[in-house]
Amino acid sequence: MQPTEFTLTDLVEIMRSCAGVDEGVDLDGDIGDTPFAELGYDSLAVLAFQARIQERTGVPMPDDTVAHMPTPNAAVDFVNQQIRAGVR
Amino acid sequence: MTSAATATPALARGTARAVVTGMSAVTAIGVGLEEYWRNLLDGACGIRPITRFDTTGYPIRVAGEIPDFDSARVPSRLVVQTDRWTHFGLLAGELALADAGVDPAELPEYELSVHTASGSGGNEFGQRELQALWAEGPSRVGVYQSIAWFYAATTGQLSIRHGMKGWSGVLVAEQAGGLDVVAQARRSLAQGSRIVLTGATEAALNPAAFTSQIAGGMLSAAGEYLPFDEAASGFLPGEGGAMFVVESAEHASARAARPYGVVAGHAATFDPAPDTGRPPGLRRAVETALAEAGVAPSDVDVVFADADGRAEADAAEALVLTEVFGPRGVPVTTTKAATGRLVAGSAALDVVTALLAMRDGVIPPVVNVRRPAVDLDLVLDRPRPAALRTALVLARGYPGFNSALVLRAAAPN
Amino acid sequence: MTRLQVAVTGLGVVAPGGVGVKEFWELLTAGRTATRAISRFDASGYRSRIAAECDFDPAQHGLSPQQVRRMDRCAQFAVVAAAEALADSGVSGEAPPERVGVSIGSAVGATISLEREYVVLSDGGARWEVDPRYAIPHLYHHLVPSSVAAEVAWLAGAEGPVALVSTGCTAGLDAVGHGARLVAEGEVDVMVAGASEAPISPITVACFDAIKATSPNNDDPEHASRPFDALRNGFVLGEGAAVLVLESLPHARRRGARIYATIDGYANRCNAYHMTGLRPDGVEMAEAIRLAMAEARMPVDEVDYVNAHGSGTKQNDRHETAAFKRSLGEHAYRTPVSSIKSMVGHSLGAIGSLEVVASVLAIHHDVVPPTANLHNPDPECDLDYVPLVARERRVDAVLSVGSGFGGFQTAMVLRGPAGGGR
Repeated sequence: MQPTEFTLTDLVEIMRSCAGVDEGVDLDGDIGDTPFAELGYDSLAVLAFQARIQERTGVPMPDDTVAHMPTPNAAVDFVNQQIRAGVR
Repeated sequence: MTSAATATPALARGTARAVVTGMSAVTAIGVGLEEYWRNLLDGACGIRPITRFDTTGYPIRVAGEIPDFDSARVPSRLVVQTDRWTHFGLLAGELALADAGVDPAELPEYELSVHTASGSGGNEFGQRELQALWAEGPSRVGVYQSIAWFYAATTGQLSIRHGMKGWSGVLVAEQAGGLDVVAQARRSLAQGSRIVLTGATEAALNPAAFTSQIAGGMLSAAGEYLPFDEAASGFLPGEGGAMFVVESAEHASARAARPYGVVAGHAATFDPAPDTGRPPGLRRAVETALAEAGVAPSDVDVVFADADGRAEADAAEALVLTEVFGPRGVPVTTTKAATGRLVAGSAALDVVTALLAMRDGVIPPVVNVRRPAVDLDLVLDRPRPAALRTALVLARGYPGFNSALVLRAAAPN
Repeated sequence: MTRLQVAVTGLGVVAPGGVGVKEFWELLTAGRTATRAISRFDASGYRSRIAAECDFDPAQHGLSPQQVRRMDRCAQFAVVAAAEALADSGVSGEAPPERVGVSIGSAVGATISLEREYVVLSDGGARWEVDPRYAIPHLYHHLVPSSVAAEVAWLAGAEGPVALVSTGCTAGLDAVGHGARLVAEGEVDVMVAGASEAPISPITVACFDAIKATSPNNDDPEHASRPFDALRNGFVLGEGAAVLVLESLPHARRRGARIYATIDGYANRCNAYHMTGLRPDGVEMAEAIRLAMAEARMPVDEVDYVNAHGSGTKQNDRHETAAFKRSLGEHAYRTPVSSIKSMVGHSLGAIGSLEVVASVLAIHHDVVPPTANLHNPDPECDLDYVPLVARERRVDAVLSVGSGFGGFQTAMVLRGPAGGGR
């Protein structure tokens, strides 16, 4: 069953499980608008998040998606827009 | 003209006086240098039933698995993007640098090198991704497969983690690679490196890699690793290994570091193809390494043997030791009966163990062996106190590699 | 410290577009590309479905049925390339076995065999606890890539130091560099040095798909590998092997060997930055180049040709362009730079050795191979990349570089034989 909404909590769980957490970063803190790079996540990590998001939500993640996802909140917004637009 | 006579003197090669100043060990009988060493001297054996997967239906179910390895000792960002073999390497590298009292951030980055050996790379990670691909489809292969499975993963991650930008590399020569990287470390010093993080770890106890060892017919079907014993029936694998810090004696002295010992000689040879009738290369490796070190056989105080655990290979090694050192001419021991065969990890671990033995004046015993089938002075049952100035470490790697390394106690300045 | 000069006296190649040095050089100088739709397995369902494949029949190259069974495709390539190089050099029997060594590079070893056997053992990925009853006896031969170097050693009758060098995508250069170093140190008289890779299998293609490193230009495979071109979109996977016979110069001269070139400088540095990422400034590659040039005692303005890594990813092309400018200064703008990956793809650990052979042949023939598919230069890559057409010119000194996962940056300097010999 595919979810109707994707939340920051969902994303943080994905971040934790598929890329780990950098020393000195607290993912339970207020991180929604902090760029992924500042949270210690490189481009490979963001690609890993995308693959997991696609698996979890069914929203396709074409090659240029990364540009829409500079921060966790931007990623969550992008996914929800796609869900609402019926893109999956 | 013998090959030993043609060996180029160390000085001409610019490789003289490399010393080891920091060490670590990650094994089934202890994680951390002193814990490992204490347990080894106590006669501990780490070969136990495998717990990492269900061995029902497997003809062999025991190995030197590291129980409850705490991956929290490795940064979590790195845990997910690396295989268990690299987890061991990252921890061992960090411990070795700490033991040497080296903070890489304080040294010129181009003068810091990493040389590791690997036998088979990121086995468990690779199997997991293969399963994702074949069970669920290509899009399920994760982003880290491209950097976790290949043999260079541990060197690359250590270089990044510690900011080491000097000449770095990876050698694969199965077990023998763990000694050959020490020669690479010396070359790095000759090229201008100050600190070389060297060694090897392995982790091949996932179902696919373990199965490949069973298929090779090398493992003990009886589930007992009894090298040189009448009941020798093959070896058993283990996981782990060791990393250590190599630097020039001058550099160590300038920073008041106390060396564990000196890397005095190394040689690598290769066995002729099976059907040529030519002799195997182990003896030549031993003689060349001794010649390079300027050491006579009678100077050698202990041998850390390859100790394969198959009767024919044991007999061949015993013959070489007898030919070079005379009948029962030198005490012989091995760590592998206690830890399992760690491939390149064992060769690196034996370097560390030989230096600990010199430090404490004691030879660790071969565990479990009761009835030797060879006429060697095997150190059995209990540690043997001995003044040790010179040690020889041997490693044979599948298929046909031989390496020998001579270590000497650090001379008091 | 005395260092012997290192001569290249034999060459062997298995490459996409043809087996053998002659076919390889014809492909390169014609500017033809050997990239095509993947035929080695059904690649539908993959993001990148193209590769530079070798048309290779091991039996046709003298491998016995037992050798074929025992050896992964990677080892087969290595042995066939080594046989050509040994025959080319005429070195067999000229040095005692213990004075002959082997140094073979490979990034991923026997991937094809390991994956094939994994599929059987796991019954198509159905079980984690694979079934050991389905294991082939040679499985361990595949698990440990040291067997690839061993196969070459048996062929060459080498009993000196033998190793597989596995520094990812710089392994091909590093293996030749390692071999050259052992010769220079006098540890051996002869080194059989090169690299081999056969990575075109589902797991490798999928892992590069996952990080979007390979070109998805599936509709136009012949033009998919576009180093330094503004329309590039990733590298194209390749396969193959190249092996060189290296000898100390005195040893080569004593036996009257043909000397193609000498390896005068080799250096490796790491970026200690990222396993796959490159900073655009190219600092560490520039440092490797500077050191290799210093070892060769060569002023930068003597470089006649730069054989680039040129993988065809945006970050690589800009990184190494910056590295060339940083290390060669103004001379970077005057020197032809080209990437043979535009024609033979990126065969990971093997490509560095193929590039060394291409560099040696450039010296031997006084021809610079082109960068194929370079129609729309990237404005940020503003050097002379020898677009499309090979160029005849005097080539006496070549700089060849490589860059790989793990952060490895390698540079090698080769020179034509003193007093000609061509």
